[in-house]
Amino acid sequence: MPEVHLIQPGGQCVTLDVPVGTSIMQAAVSAGVAGIVAECGGSCMCATCHVYVEEAALTRLPPVQPAEHDMLECTAGERRFNSRLSCQVRMTEDLAGLSFTLPESQ
Amino acid sequence: MTDIAADIPVVDFDPFSDEFLTDPYDYHRRMRDAGPVVHIPKYGILAVARHAEVHGVLNDWQTFISSAGVGLANFRTEKPFRPPSLILEADPPQHTRSRTVLSRILSPRTVQQIRSQFQEVAEALIDRLLEKGTIDGVKELGEAYPLKVFPDAVGLTEEGRENLLAYGDMVFNAFGPRNQLLINAAKRVEPLTDWIMTNCQRQNLRPGGFGDQIYQAVETGELTETEAPMLVRSFLSAGVDTTVNGIGNALWCLANHPDQWDKLHANPALARQAFEESLRFEAAVQTFFRTASRDCELAGAPIRSDTKMLTFLASANRDPRQWQNPDVFDIERRATGHMTFGSGLHGCVGQVVARLEGELILSTLARRVRRIEPLGPSTRRLNNTLRALASLPLRLHAA
Repeated sequence: MPEVHLIQPGGQCVTLDVPVGTSIMQAAVSAGVAGIVAECGGSCMCATCHVYVEEAALTRLPPVQPAEHDMLECTAGERRFNSRLSCQVRMTEDLAGLSFTLPESQ
Repeated sequence: MTDIAADIPVVDFDPFSDEFLTDPYDYHRRMRDAGPVVHIPKYGILAVARHAEVHGVLNDWQTFISSAGVGLANFRTEKPFRPPSLILEADPPQHTRSRTVLSRILSPRTVQQIRSQFQEVAEALIDRLLEKGTIDGVKELGEAYPLKVFPDAVGLTEEGRENLLAYGDMVFNAFGPRNQLLINAAKRVEPLTDWIMTNCQRQNLRPGGFGDQIYQAVETGELTETEAPMLVRSFLSAGVDTTVNGIGNALWCLANHPDQWDKLHANPALARQAFEESLRFEAAVQTFFRTASRDCELAGAPIRSDTKMLTFLASANRDPRQWQNPDVFDIERRATGHMTFGSGLHGCVGQVVARLEGELILSTLARRVRRIEPLGPSTRRLNNTLRALASLPLRLHAA
């Protein structure tokens, strides 16, 4: 199963095995990772599963859709060029080994 | 009615009967244990009651569509009782048009703007109730708060707001069969229909409010003149009776679980989580339907096109396949992933506002009230879709 790394703002890293097709948010919530709140459960409604994607891998992700774009305007942590909502990123083989950094707040 | 395969497990009860609606939880368990998909012959429908299948149906909007109605009636073969909602009872691309505008109006950014106003109202209301001491938690808190803050935010006139309760009660009853609950609710609402539609018109909405913002989307060409009042109607039908019961049920949970109340009182920062857990434990919205758009298969069960599929949101919330100790009310639990707001494309578009209301009521209570004492039994208001209370007598002890 491909894995991803979630890095807390303090630097601690958790590595998760994520089944292909599962969202990064879902995997983080199932593993009880602190810092991914995901209040709306993946409906792209709350902007509380915000992550920063490692720069080199940005183009490997599916493009930001309008609903996600609007919601990224509402994040509690600063929106950066590499901001994504982890509920909108589904695991693929191609994303194996990717790192996501969590913001200071959700 | 469509063909239903003979090997799908049959459950022979009526999910819209008084007995079921009064205490649904044992029926839910029996449905979950019967199989991932069950057949309810009383209405010629299929149903899902486990978390995985409820989530699966709600997230496959192409197969399980909403435009044929999210109640028992199939709009492809029956006339809807009112013009269908442009968001709830629609599929893309119509749904996308409506949703884009509503989700912008009801965004987390909006919540930041309205928060202090909503907070002030919560504090003033709870201070008044503390002076009284003995209250009906349903009328004086569960109904009073959403009936003030939400129509204020929409920009609705002060007069006649209680009409929204009867309207919401009817709309949510109408997702069920034409039983006595619906007949009574429709009778109550008939004289109010004009009031509702009149108040969806722009001239009756405060400039800058949520309602007016819908009309602004007409100016920018995102919506048409005829779509705008219909979407204001969505605010009025879905924005009040849902949060009324969300808050009422949360009060009921906390009044009846004093150990959990003590935790919240000791740490008001748990308010948001406590509201979330009460949404899971006593789901204000119990069920929604979808309709199969084609012949398909779900968890091995063959499903014919046009079959009505009932999703038991409240049962998914207590599925032991998903939750540890699901019948335990625990405000420190991570309740994320409950189905009370639905899931996927049609997930409640007002959920951030609903969470704001719930959080503010519970955090204000937690700071100002030491103990919530139940005074005698609460009574239920039965509804084909909602889990609702008619009364909840309480004594509030000041902190």
